[in-house]
Amino acid sequence: MMALLRRDLAIATRSGGAAMLGVLFFLAVVAVIPFGIGPDLNLLARIGPAILWIGALLASLLGLDRLFQADREDGSLDMLVMQDWFSLVFTVFIKSLAHWLATGLPLVLAAPLLGLLMNMGATSTGAVMLTLLVGTPAISFIGAVGAAVAVVLPRGGLLVSILILPLAIPVLIFGVSASYAAVTDPDPFWPPFMILSAIALFFAALGPVAAAAALRGASD
Amino acid sequence: MQATATKLKGRRGDSVLFDNLGFTISRGEALVITGPNGAGKSTLLRILAGLLAADSGEFLLLGDDGAALPVLEFAHYLGHRNAMKRELRVQENLSFWKSFQRSDSGEGLSVDEAIDQIGLTGVAHLPFGYLSAGQQRRIALARLLVSHRPLWLLDEPTAALDKRSDRLFADLVRQHLEAGGLAIAATHQPLGLENVRSLELSGIHSAASEEVWA
Repeated sequence: MMALLRRDLAIATRSGGAAMLGVLFFLAVVAVIPFGIGPDLNLLARIGPAILWIGALLASLLGLDRLFQADREDGSLDMLVMQDWFSLVFTVFIKSLAHWLATGLPLVLAAPLLGLLMNMGATSTGAVMLTLLVGTPAISFIGAVGAAVAVVLPRGGLLVSILILPLAIPVLIFGVSASYAAVTDPDPFWPPFMILSAIALFFAALGPVAAAAALRGASD
Repeated sequence: MQATATKLKGRRGDSVLFDNLGFTISRGEALVITGPNGAGKSTLLRILAGLLAADSGEFLLLGDDGAALPVLEFAHYLGHRNAMKRELRVQENLSFWKSFQRSDSGEGLSVDEAIDQIGLTGVAHLPFGYLSAGQQRRIALARLLVSHRPLWLLDEPTAALDKRSDRLFADLVRQHLEAGGLAIAATHQPLGLENVRSLELSGIHSAASEEVWA
């Protein structure tokens, strides 16, 4: 299974890989906001965490449909599905993890830079990074379900986003509210952050099982 | 070791491709499936590989002691597509499958040995996408060698291969059978082997149900 992780990371970072695409999209979304809003620094600082989170959410959805489709197109998916149930679930888990390492983690690392564009303070930026670090894996794991359901559709990207978006909304809500709570004084940081962590763990457990079931059902 | 199919029924959509299909092959034997395009050769192989559910009937792989073995772990499936990543080097592709498709039934060849066997020495460092269609197909055949699995399920294995590679492929299958393996192939290429049975799918389809759509 380490071999699968290494392979997927190698593909994502080679030419034509998806690793940089998400970060560039994230950059593009966040960088145009100050131009659209205008030079009101207080306003930018106030909406900063929400903008970073929305940008990261959209960037994670981008390219999610390729998670299994690339393997299906070259025939590898048959070999991945030709395993017993437990190994298949574990395989999906590893593939989702590789997807997060290649596309989610760079978003977390790019967040401080984009925080500067939004005139965010150190605490606020730190809180956004921490919540993104916990929240983006949740999107990758639940995204695997959408990617598995839409694997047989040649243009499944839109469908994946629509399927996943309602499930990703709680991640966004608690991620943003935890980020705000870190800088606005009376609000407690930990409760929303703990709920966010719980959602991430829940999706990490549920996503691979549901996606494996979808892959089994989708083979043609 | 024995592979037995009993009363298999497969269909695509509403038409039944084959029904009441059965065969038995044991160690050292090969089964060649022939039939016109659309007769259900690929569907049959995918059912045998466990990638599709059969309508009825079953396919069992029995070990030497008579215990049923999981086909998923004891069979190699080679489909129309090569299951290799264009971006990765040949060596990376093959060593990935070697460690991913681990087998309990015996050691496979090393990646370099397998590439030598298919006669493509010296391509290991090239990205898979740089190879020609025939070379890519031969690398896909090398996947069967790097991890040992007794049953080979081959769907048009010689597509895109030239005459010489056809013979090379027949040799590989012969070696596999001589070592006590089994092979089921959908191919029009004569394998030139003695222990080959053949199974012809008629290509005549019947409707799956008598229901009338009012």
